[in-house]
Amino acid sequence: MENKYLKDEVVRISGVDPKKCMRCGKCTATCPSFDEMEYHPHQFVYMVESGDIEPLLHSESLYKCLSCFACVDRCPRGVEPAKLVEAVKLSVIRQKESNRLKADDIAKYLDSDMPQQAIVSAFRKYSK
Amino acid sequence: MQRIGVFVCWCGSNIAGTVDVKAVAEALKNEPGVVFSTDYQYMCSQAGQDLIKNAVKEHNLTGIVVCSCSPRMHEATFRKTASAAGLNPYMVEIANIREQCSWVHKEMPLGTQKAIILGKAAVAKVNLNTPLTPGESPVTKRALVIGGGIAGIQTALDIADAGFPVDIVEKKPTIGGKMAQLDKTFPTLDCAACILTPKMVDVAQNENIRIFSYSEVEAVKGFVGNFEVKIKKKARFVDETKCTGCGACIEKCPQKKVPNEFNLGMDTRRAIYIPFAQAVPKVATIDPDYCNMLKNGKCGVCTKFCAAGAIDYKQKDEMIEEKYGAIVVATGFEPISMDKFDEFAYSQSKDVITSLEFERLTNAAGPTAGKLLRPSDGKHPEKIVFVQCVGSRCSACAEKGKEYCSKICCMYTAKHAMLTRDKYPDTEVTVFYIDVRTPGKNFDEFQRRAVEEYGVNYIKGMVGKITPEGDKLKVRGSDLIANKQIKIDADLVVLAAAIEPDKSARPLATMLTASMDTNDFFTEAHPKLRPVESPTAGVFLSGTCQGPKDIPETVSQAGAAASKVIGLLQKDKLVGNPCVASSDQLMCNGCSSCERVCPYGAISYEDKDFPGPNRTTKTRRVAVVNPAVCQGCGACTVACPSGAMDLSGFKNTQIMAEVDAICK
Repeated sequence: MENKYLKDEVVRISGVDPKKCMRCGKCTATCPSFDEMEYHPHQFVYMVESGDIEPLLHSESLYKCLSCFACVDRCPRGVEPAKLVEAVKLSVIRQKESNRLKADDIAKYLDSDMPQQAIVSAFRKYSK
Repeated sequence: MQRIGVFVCWCGSNIAGTVDVKAVAEALKNEPGVVFSTDYQYMCSQAGQDLIKNAVKEHNLTGIVVCSCSPRMHEATFRKTASAAGLNPYMVEIANIREQCSWVHKEMPLGTQKAIILGKAAVAKVNLNTPLTPGESPVTKRALVIGGGIAGIQTALDIADAGFPVDIVEKKPTIGGKMAQLDKTFPTLDCAACILTPKMVDVAQNENIRIFSYSEVEAVKGFVGNFEVKIKKKARFVDETKCTGCGACIEKCPQKKVPNEFNLGMDTRRAIYIPFAQAVPKVATIDPDYCNMLKNGKCGVCTKFCAAGAIDYKQKDEMIEEKYGAIVVATGFEPISMDKFDEFAYSQSKDVITSLEFERLTNAAGPTAGKLLRPSDGKHPEKIVFVQCVGSRCSACAEKGKEYCSKICCMYTAKHAMLTRDKYPDTEVTVFYIDVRTPGKNFDEFQRRAVEEYGVNYIKGMVGKITPEGDKLKVRGSDLIANKQIKIDADLVVLAAAIEPDKSARPLATMLTASMDTNDFFTEAHPKLRPVESPTAGVFLSGTCQGPKDIPETVSQAGAAASKVIGLLQKDKLVGNPCVASSDQLMCNGCSSCERVCPYGAISYEDKDFPGPNRTTKTRRVAVVNPAVCQGCGACTVACPSGAMDLSGFKNTQIMAEVDAICK
């Protein structure tokens, strides 16, 4: 039942319908973070669809996703794998009841090489 | 007052099992107009039909109600029975107490009650029935085929073979279509030209076939058996009757830099040209966009070298009007544009090509004389990557791809991969696929041969990104089975582009009032049982204009369409359906509501004079229904705000009487 609850939550948070996936793997083909990730974008979609979410919760892959949204852009079926990654991450953060990145912390990470996009993206990724 | 007979059928136990047929017959006896009511085990049997015939004579019946199965099943049978007994066949009504009653109910009292109500409705309708006589219209014994590809060619040949004259209208200067551009054809690997060009010659030599090449359909009027079509014969600036196709003009033409569309722009042709060596008709055409003489009056070289005196710079577009009994649409397909697929770098690198371009690159008559050379530097490619499903099965991006499977790509990609490995064993060939779909005779065996005998590397996964770098193409794809990301430095990438209906199909469908789906494929009258007929009577479908299909399927469908056309043309007269709409012109206010909903284009408007007050006349716009085109769907009767439209056999009063009988 735990899995069913988690799956429903991830699907609800993300607004993604993993059933639309036709298993072409274009998301994984296009992922710039492929080598860093334990579970690849197509696996996220497949594992969420089959309710196998537990391993994803504990995987570092959640924090290796760059949120570049290449997989969302390229997916021919409109599945949006990156949104699923974010949704799984959010459910982890919500369980821990704290933000991994607080607004006050941002200043110390800032440097001139950091694109502002990355900060916005990180804030979205690591906050509830 | 009608004298109505009611005949309740048991259909063995099909009806009698859940409907008390005797009670139904008894109950309907007391309905207004009913003078006779009975039941019988099988009303459709000879004995049952005799029972009806005898009752008509004995009781002087003027109308019949048969409570039995669906009218789809036996309405025609009982209409014939009525005819044989001397009644007008349209005085028969069927109450469907099987499919809509006995089969869906389990309890006898409920089933019986519903059967009685359905019977009462039918009796109420027959009380208002009037005898109807179907009209007749003559058939013009000539067919028009729009499109001169393999579909149009085969349809025309088959119709001509049955002895009927056929005209082919082809927008390009030659017939042959896409098949003429192909190299080999799967799964037997015959050379496309070797099997197509003899058929093109057959068309040219057939006395029953006329080819209007470089021509387009401009307007279509009329209806089944009686179409009037305007065809625009575009000026080709060469007299077709004089040109011998010798090619002297082409050799001498100084304008050499015209992109050659037959080779998909991979080489050039002259401003005066014959698309390919086996073109039919083998007549030169001048391209007005590039001819110096037509553009600025400075040249005229071709005139000097034409021994036949065929060049005519003053030629004008010509309009031809012809009558046809049947029209076959065979407008074919185009590969979709690859410009919007930035991730595959089609617009960035010359070495990313489509599969149709690959066909030309491997064709002996193509730009490289059949040698597989990279378009960018003319080098022999050592690593080739094929990407399948480019733009097919793509539901997320309607502006660039298509939701459907293009059906032919799996097989032609296997063919390309196999032939490449056969001719150039030193090349490394990789195919990225999502699914390999090979239903068809000897199709899967063919694809397996590419893998097992020719060593083509099939990878389950899609390509995500292609980046041109130096003289290489960096291909990044996924291998889902190994759960790996694959990186290949390829020399040539071939994209299996989705196919879509030809752009000319949509305006043509409007002219023909033939329906299309959201992808602009023509719709069939029935997807399974009437696959080559359009819902518009007299319009037939052949080839890929109806949906993606390969050559064997196209040829079968072309033959099927031809046989339907022959069946129509061999009739001297068409008997219409008398249940058609008509407008009460006194009530019609000319609002166009009916015209807008009519799916068959049967309604037009005319200005008519009506007497006004004080001996004046008033001109009003009123609807007129063409009974030969009307299919009796009744959409107009519902849409008409003033109640002027009515459908014979299903008059508004009849429908309301049925409703009243049911609700009483």
